[in-house]
Amino acid sequence: MKSLEEQTVWYQTTFEDFEKSLNGEAGLEFHALRKKALARFKELGFPTTRHEEWKFTNVAPIARAPFRPVPPGRTARVLETDLRLPDLTDNRLVFVDGHFNASLSRVRRVPDKVVIGSLADALKRHPALVQKHLGKHAPFDEHPFVALNTAFARDGAFAWIPDGKGNDEPVHVHFIATGDNHDLISPRNLFIVGKGGRLSVIESYYALRDGAYFTNAVTELAVGEGAAVEHDKLQDESVDSYHVSWTHSAQTSRSTVTSNLIALGGSIARSNIHASLDGEGSECTLNGLSLGTRAQLIDNHTTIDHATPHCASHELYKAVLAGKSRGVFNGKIYVRRDAQKTDAKQTNKTLLLSDDAVMDTKPQLEIFADDVKCTHGATIGQLDADQVFYLRSRGLDLLSAQDMLTFAFAADVANRIHAKGLAEHLETIVHEKLHEGRQGS
Amino acid sequence: MLEIKDLHASVNGNEILNGINLVVNPGEIHAIMGPNGSGKSTLAQVLAGRDAYEVTRGEVLFEGKNMLELDPEERAREGVFLAFQYPVEIPGVSNTYFLKTALNAVRKHRGLEELDAMEFLQLVKQRMKLIEMDESLLGRPVNEGFSGGEKKRNEIFHMAVLEPKLAILDETDSGLDIDALRIVADGVNKLRRKDNATIVVTHYQRLLNYIIPDFVHVLVDGRIAKSGSKDLALQLEEKGYDWVREKEVTASVEENT
Repeated sequence: MKSLEEQTVWYQTTFEDFEKSLNGEAGLEFHALRKKALARFKELGFPTTRHEEWKFTNVAPIARAPFRPVPPGRTARVLETDLRLPDLTDNRLVFVDGHFNASLSRVRRVPDKVVIGSLADALKRHPALVQKHLGKHAPFDEHPFVALNTAFARDGAFAWIPDGKGNDEPVHVHFIATGDNHDLISPRNLFIVGKGGRLSVIESYYALRDGAYFTNAVTELAVGEGAAVEHDKLQDESVDSYHVSWTHSAQTSRSTVTSNLIALGGSIARSNIHASLDGEGSECTLNGLSLGTRAQLIDNHTTIDHATPHCASHELYKAVLAGKSRGVFNGKIYVRRDAQKTDAKQTNKTLLLSDDAVMDTKPQLEIFADDVKCTHGATIGQLDADQVFYLRSRGLDLLSAQDMLTFAFAADVANRIHAKGLAEHLETIVHEKLHEGRQGS
Repeated sequence: MLEIKDLHASVNGNEILNGINLVVNPGEIHAIMGPNGSGKSTLAQVLAGRDAYEVTRGEVLFEGKNMLELDPEERAREGVFLAFQYPVEIPGVSNTYFLKTALNAVRKHRGLEELDAMEFLQLVKQRMKLIEMDESLLGRPVNEGFSGGEKKRNEIFHMAVLEPKLAILDETDSGLDIDALRIVADGVNKLRRKDNATIVVTHYQRLLNYIIPDFVHVLVDGRIAKSGSKDLALQLEEKGYDWVREKEVTASVEENT
């Protein structure tokens, strides 16, 4: 498929097949939203590098391929032994190719009245609550991939933390792809946290085998007054896959959100993290780490919208790029006219491990208030020769010295993750990935 | 143990070492003194294997092996240790983790079994006492946020754990107050054995009140201009480096006439 028209026809036909497979299992209102989103997607089309937001990331390989949703009956049998970190927490939700797998999921430790489960189930049991938030935060009218997700969304993780409730045991959501070519997986997650509530959620994306499938995920987070959320995303998809995601948190007053993104996988992987500070005194912390090897393209776009006064944002994004990999960081910070006393700090650091790796970084601060503190800084560099020599002069061989320094650079982000056990696990996969990077380059 | 023959080294085409000859035997302490820019630190770095310097002539034998052919880590494993003049900060790498990795690399090379966490901790605690180092420096990233004195002490701590055959202390006294200087020097003296040797590179005589050298060499313009006993250091303290330089000029004038 080359032309926009062919793509439009493809997704229209695919949508009609998808509709048939729904069998009326989804609520009417949800389906109306899907249709609206499809119509919008057909208008927007896939972005090209002429779009400012996609200048460094050419999604033509995604646009050209004939992706289609995986029918419920086709998904592979997944065993407990296929799960990564099965015992990280007592609460886990498992989705295979986007479909909820009840037998592998378990929710054992949640306080009374807290709801953790699948979105499809929540639509049946708590329709009013879901409709109030679904599609209301992530803007499908502006972003083609959000529109495409919304059109084909069927299920995903759902959590509802009523006022004053805390969920201290993290919820680990597994998005497992079978890994077949042309599979379109559209997870749709919704997390609603009431006043003073607490939520810790981990989304991990991985595959059973390598293949050119496409995960196009959207997560909406509605954060109540004084609530505290940690959202961790571990993206370790297969090397040939495509991954686009949109994580949107809408914060009210005095709430805090910490978002930790670890981006390792995919042939083209684009994560959009959007934080709206819509209530006074709210705070967000965005941490990110990309590890690219081979010819991977890992693109992270963050947006922090300081819409109200006295809010703070802290942002640290790092990238380690080996082989012929490419990294993109675009960090937007809007400070609106009323958002006085904003305190925003953004840092982006990249370590290039090979001469062929490339990083494009673009801090973007748009400030309309006059009494604010905003700083940003970006560095791109190689391993420090003095440090390497120091380590070697004590007996470490060159590779161990390089590994130790690279790992320390990366661990700075991994160590900011609070969810117990996850930082330790990351240590292992970061080491594996660095090792793979060395062999691949 | 160490034999340096007519060593010449340059950086970016500028010759800094200009024909060094030096023999160090087991059990000896050699002090290398000299004015700023005389090549003292360059000599220390060249011996440790810093590739920023190009060796243009001469040879260095360590226990009979051609040391210039070895990578820095191979020299370290053979038993050469450089205490840096400016120890490097390594954010994110804990001091103990690094030291354990280094020690086990060295032990493996020497055919010794690697130490497990418990054994390592015991060794470390014992060696920390030797130089009265604060235990809190163990868990912290290597040299990060350390004071000048803490960094120097940490170098000697690494040395105490790695037990080199040949230790080169590059300006270890700079940045140390008099108490810390005494403690560090005590540590070096306690580590002294019949089968190891130390080269102390220093600008001032001060350190040599605590670490008593068997030989003192004065480096001027990349060459050893004068060698002598520990009394030479005292003479230098009194008369300054110009005294050696003048003597050398006089000598070369005599040579030429």
